[in-house]
Amino acid sequence: MDTQTIKLQDTAVEATQRITGKEAIIKCLLAEGVDTLYGYPGGAIMPVYDELYKYQDQLHHVLTRHEQGATHAAQGYARVSGKVGVAIATSGPGATNLITGIADAQIDSTPMVCITGQVASHLLGSDAFQETDIIGISTPVTKWNYQITKASEIPEVMAKAFYIARSGRPGPVLIDITKDAQFEEFDFAYKKCTAVRSYKPVPKLNPESVQAAAAMINAAKRPMIVWGQGVILGKAEEEFKAVVEKSGIPAAWTILGVSAIPTEHPLNVGMVGMHGNYGPNMLTNECDVLIAIGMRFDDRVTGNLATYAKQAKVIHFEIDPAEVNKNVNADIAVLGDSKETLAALLPLLEQKEYPEWHNRFKEMYKIEYDKIIKNDLKPEKEGLTMGEVLEGINTVSKGEAVIVSDVGQHQMIACRYAKFNKSKSNVTSGGLGTMGFALPAAIGAKMGAPERPVVAIIGDGGYQMTIQELGTIFQTKVPVKIVVLNNDFLGMVRQWQQLFFDRRYASTELINPDFVAIAKGYYIDAQRVTKREELTGAIEEMIAAEGPYFLEVKVEKEDNVFPMIPTGASVSDIRLE
Amino acid sequence: MSEIKTYTVSIYTENNIGLLNRISAIFQRRKINIESLNTSISEIEGVSRFTIVINLTEERMKKIIGQLEKQVEVIKAFYHTDEETIFLETCLFKIKSDLLFEERQIQNIIKESNARIVTVNKEFFVLEKAGRRSEIELLYRELSAFGIMQFVRSGRIAVTKDEMKISTLLKEFAE
Repeated sequence: MDTQTIKLQDTAVEATQRITGKEAIIKCLLAEGVDTLYGYPGGAIMPVYDELYKYQDQLHHVLTRHEQGATHAAQGYARVSGKVGVAIATSGPGATNLITGIADAQIDSTPMVCITGQVASHLLGSDAFQETDIIGISTPVTKWNYQITKASEIPEVMAKAFYIARSGRPGPVLIDITKDAQFEEFDFAYKKCTAVRSYKPVPKLNPESVQAAAAMINAAKRPMIVWGQGVILGKAEEEFKAVVEKSGIPAAWTILGVSAIPTEHPLNVGMVGMHGNYGPNMLTNECDVLIAIGMRFDDRVTGNLATYAKQAKVIHFEIDPAEVNKNVNADIAVLGDSKETLAALLPLLEQKEYPEWHNRFKEMYKIEYDKIIKNDLKPEKEGLTMGEVLEGINTVSKGEAVIVSDVGQHQMIACRYAKFNKSKSNVTSGGLGTMGFALPAAIGAKMGAPERPVVAIIGDGGYQMTIQELGTIFQTKVPVKIVVLNNDFLGMVRQWQQLFFDRRYASTELINPDFVAIAKGYYIDAQRVTKREELTGAIEEMIAAEGPYFLEVKVEKEDNVFPMIPTGASVSDIRLE
Repeated sequence: MSEIKTYTVSIYTENNIGLLNRISAIFQRRKINIESLNTSISEIEGVSRFTIVINLTEERMKKIIGQLEKQVEVIKAFYHTDEETIFLETCLFKIKSDLLFEERQIQNIIKESNARIVTVNKEFFVLEKAGRRSEIELLYRELSAFGIMQFVRSGRIAVTKDEMKISTLLKEFAE
């Protein structure tokens, strides 16, 4: 059980001491190995902030400019570090502002613990100032939540919160703590949680299902792998690479799965889904065995389910039993943690190659390259493309950067073209599609992986949803690199309006401010690029800069992202124009 | 699989505040109407039991079970058809006491329906009837003719013909 990050030696009971609830919360965070948390103070959480002041040499609290930013920063931190992200806010509006980030973490399986202050317990239900039912509000978007009204509950509940957030299929947990419980004194002792009676985070591995899967894979003529974030969350990158290399099977990825193996790996055949690559989408409907690993057949991946991989036998490696047969029926389901299941699969696989089958992917890549990729990356037209900016970043960063993207056209371009050498390098809002995610997430990502360059790629729309986090960047001096690909449009919506609504551009054109002046207003070095010949130099300057840096690139206003599978169409009806 | 049927869902859970909200949200989010809902203790100390009746296809039913079991505080969820369970509902009628003496027919109805008189006083008497929905509805129709002061019917409660093996499951969780 390698994913159970809790080790036995960590579970020792600390000696009992009489302390307040507010101090106990800090001690719990420290016991769970938290070094950074993101938040915003307010009345109901002030006692805890008073303790954060005392413990500031051990716990780095980052003051974001909005509670939503705190959750996305915690998510960015969690996604690159593999640790639990922590966000903290006050009651009422502070708590409700966390909800978007919590919902994002829930759908993208990001381990996160959110702590909210609550009015004193005698005021619960009295419509007190800044009282809101955050337990009720957060229930559908949390893996677990709990309201603490007595200080004595703190150690056990906090231990459970971290255990639930990180174990099995990770997710967000919200702990609401009344103000009186923060002040109350009690006898504190901390014991890490290693089990919850009703909760089975990892299904028991069934060797027969692994054997059946291996037999089906070994007998396949045209097998194809589609992997997702489950490989990264399971820390199974090595096992996965070994499975791919031994079996010789072409492997495609979802946007949350990318970077689990390097982009340049010869068996990596690209991205599936709405704006994925031509080959893996088309050949999903030609393969004879589809091996899904740690992915959940999201509708943006499958297109029309009635025509998705109907010719193929499906093998589904999955940690969450509720995902099996949810969207696509599996002929064989291998339940369990990916590190464990892939390790069990590896010795049963035959060493194989599928040169002819692999050539089909290469042929289709050639078609896509000539029709789309060439024009995206090496355009001959005058206007700048989003693709050439990504290509420029690849050249300068050499695939070592963490790429944080927002939501929209630039996100699809970033996911399609960014090159990755290392795992946990692509941070984006996948399931929820949260505009405004990238800027705060990049702050967390840089703090979670300080040794790596972190480049946020953001559209001009999403950027303005959380632009105030420039203040956080300025105050913390966190050296994130921000690239806004500005087309003065909500580009993806405009693209749909062009393709499906006869170019009626309803409320998608943006009259934008001077982004460079805004960055400079926050004392962040900034420049704007409008011409191709300035691009490489600007990217080099940005990556070389010691501090944070803002780069605005004015790109072609009405470029579209292709290929595209229109909503409701089949993966094999993917459009190249 | 695509035929809509009545299912009795039995959910064994921890007894925690907020779990009812979490469980009902799973149905609400998918716009599935809960026909009836009952919560009680179960055969195991400290373990609660939800009994929920819903109408939907077996295919959707299976997916709902997956979503229910995914909840941290749910120990196990089952679904059963009417044939696989022994189930009943219970109800109470409050009726004017005069009628008991003036309307001979009421006494016959009570006898034939196997209903039980819970209490009688000068003003009213209370009748309790447990059974299938159709039996309760029949009794309701019969008594309506004389006037019902108050009526209430419980949600379905059911035990299954098969074993639930919750104790074994709890041991497995502990492993």
